[in-house]
Amino acid sequence: MKNLLPPLPRRVAVALALPVTLIAAWWITSADSQSFYFPPLQTILQTFGKLWFSPRGLSDVMPSLWRFSVGYLAAAFLGIVIGIPIGTSRNLRNVLEPVLEFLRAIPPPVLVPVLILFVGLGNEMKALVILFGCIWPVLLNTVAGVRALDEVLAETVRSYRIGGFARLWHFMLPGASPQIFTGLRQSLSIGIILMVISEMFAAKDGIGFVLVQYQRTFAIPEMWSGIIMLGIIGIVLSLIFRAIEAWLLGWYYGLRQSQRAG
Amino acid sequence: MDRAVKSMLEVKALRKVYDDASRTVEAIRDVSFSVGQGELVCIVGPSGAGKTTLLKCIAGLLAPTAGTVVVEGTPVIGPPPAMAVVFQEYGRSLFPWMTVHDNVALPLKQKKMTAERREELVRNALAAVDLKGVDTAYPWQLSGGMQQRVAIARAVAYEPHVLLMDEPFAAVDAQTRADLEDLIRVLWHRLRVTVLFVTHDIDESVYLGQRVLVMSHAPTVIMEDVAIDLPEERTQLETRSMARFGELRKHVYSQIQLAKQGWRPPFK
Amino acid sequence: MRARLTARTFIWLQGLAGLVGLALLLEIVPRIGIVSPDYLPPFSAIMVALFKEMMTAEFWTALSDTLEAWAIGLVISVVAGVVIGIAIGSSQLLRKLTHSTIEFLRPIPSVALIPLAVLLFGSQIQSTLVLVVYASFWPVLIQVLYGVQDVDPVARETARSYGLGAWAQIRYVTWPTTLPYLMTGIRLAAAVALILAITSEVAIDTQGLGKEISDTESGGAVPIMYAYVFVAGIIGVIVNLGARALERRVLAWHPSVRLDAAEAGA
Repeated sequence: MKNLLPPLPRRVAVALALPVTLIAAWWITSADSQSFYFPPLQTILQTFGKLWFSPRGLSDVMPSLWRFSVGYLAAAFLGIVIGIPIGTSRNLRNVLEPVLEFLRAIPPPVLVPVLILFVGLGNEMKALVILFGCIWPVLLNTVAGVRALDEVLAETVRSYRIGGFARLWHFMLPGASPQIFTGLRQSLSIGIILMVISEMFAAKDGIGFVLVQYQRTFAIPEMWSGIIMLGIIGIVLSLIFRAIEAWLLGWYYGLRQSQRAG
Repeated sequence: MDRAVKSMLEVKALRKVYDDASRTVEAIRDVSFSVGQGELVCIVGPSGAGKTTLLKCIAGLLAPTAGTVVVEGTPVIGPPPAMAVVFQEYGRSLFPWMTVHDNVALPLKQKKMTAERREELVRNALAAVDLKGVDTAYPWQLSGGMQQRVAIARAVAYEPHVLLMDEPFAAVDAQTRADLEDLIRVLWHRLRVTVLFVTHDIDESVYLGQRVLVMSHAPTVIMEDVAIDLPEERTQLETRSMARFGELRKHVYSQIQLAKQGWRPPFK
Repeated sequence: MRARLTARTFIWLQGLAGLVGLALLLEIVPRIGIVSPDYLPPFSAIMVALFKEMMTAEFWTALSDTLEAWAIGLVISVVAGVVIGIAIGSSQLLRKLTHSTIEFLRPIPSVALIPLAVLLFGSQIQSTLVLVVYASFWPVLIQVLYGVQDVDPVARETARSYGLGAWAQIRYVTWPTTLPYLMTGIRLAAAVALILAITSEVAIDTQGLGKEISDTESGGAVPIMYAYVFVAGIIGVIVNLGARALERRVLAWHPSVRLDAAEAGA
């Protein structure tokens, strides 16, 4: 296996070159900014440190992340559990496909008003919105993944009379996992969006709530720092996701590489 | 044939018709034969002869339209417990997310046995197919021949009474194929397992088998049941250069040619 | 004498049965009181409200407002995505330099920009456009980058040796390879753009279907609210199906090497 990557220091330099330049440019051009809406970057960063590394700051981030985790994980679980039988049965799929296409086309944020009707403005509403939005990519991709399971492998499993839970655990889930992860990845971005949106309505805490407050009270540097915070959350969650994906799908990358080389 | 030998596998009047929305295809019209315990029987025929269909019906993976398959006295309605299948596409038949060791061990996990016994079977099976030091490798890291050996080891570890092989060496190179053919004969002798070996390679069928069943073109029937009276000890070099080998080979070959031209036994 | 159903017709019927089943469920559940009809009106009541709404000018204004924001935002994203994507993708240096920035900006949720958009533009369409463009730009860019990278180096060399300038190379070599990828990107972007358009209407109160939904909720006009939710779903389905149909047509007269990539985009 050839390793023609340039040495690490060089790679780091290339990766950082543009971001550093952009940040520097932002810093410099906004340094003596008088604009109300675009304060100096320096001010923003100072506010950032003060705000988010304080107990108050954390008490805003934690509830958001908690609701997100509950909604996202519940959606992942349900999406997979419901997706597997649908993917397995052709008839079930034919009957449900138009229904699912319609339900998934409903933009999840419009469910916020609907859910407020049902469960009010509390944590349940937010977690449910996240669940309703995140379940579709997982479910539909689970269906696709189960459908695409290799026939020869399926026959092998049958010939060795591997059934029931063993079949699910050793064959269907691992086999469909690459496709399932595609769905989980899409759900991740949707979930973050819904986490914020659901908090922008009447809420008591959370990043979305705080952001709206800052905007309404014209606390501009705080607002910007909130935007940056959201960006960082998005990036961190994405990195965590990739780490888990690499751990679980290592075999898949190896397989694809050998297929491409073969 | 010695009728006193206990019959391991009996196929009676097997018929398979594929019937879907657009057309009806009679893949197998009438196939009947039996295989005694411990025999190695090859099935050979032109492409399109429904060999794989036949094998799948025997393996319980496909339901026949008519006729019966009886394994060890019990009719086959689904995959029978004492049977193992080795498929042609070894790459797709092994689990890519499991190591070689786990691939071989998986079918054993449903049989009641201790972990030690299972480990022993896996170890012995891998040694029997001449695979050393690949326990922790993934199938896609191995060559084609080695992958097929893993599939064979998995079948061997399962301790089946009947071993079905569906053109297992069609997708490997000639040298590897020769090695694997010999491996099958060795395993067959040692384990005393009944083997049904499907191939399109005439030489291979004569080299391996005690009998060769020649299939006709679809709708398939058996053209002939050729007894292979070559010595029990066979080697690639010597056996294939024997005169008798040449005769048998020519005989099977001419049957296949007849089959390709559409000739069929009378009343079939 | 029954006519023999073709397989396709049967599948259609099965799907229809599913939809009818859903409608029946929505009809019965509120009527027998599992859920209060105040929260979930029966399907028939929702349909009646829908038809009544469709007679009002307000409905069509809201619909066209949403579609306008969606379309403008989508066009901007696609054009920007193609131009920037081809520019970056054609140079290895640019690709390497921008890789980290793109991976950095991509996961940032577009809703993070809501406060900023509101401050700058209030509840006008520009706010919506900010969100729509930011969210739908990335799928297009990523796909175009994949496409440009997929260009056959032999083809490129040939074009260069014939003395084709940069513009001609793009037109005859890069573009045909990139087109299928672009179609996938447009399909993904179209869906995202619609979601963000309606999202911003719900959140920021810009004119459109989303605003109607949030207004009717706070006003207690529940059946009408559901009618608009239904319309939002239908529009979404039409956009999805339309984008997929477009993608298929473009890929039909294309050596469809990328058909599997298109399927993978789900």
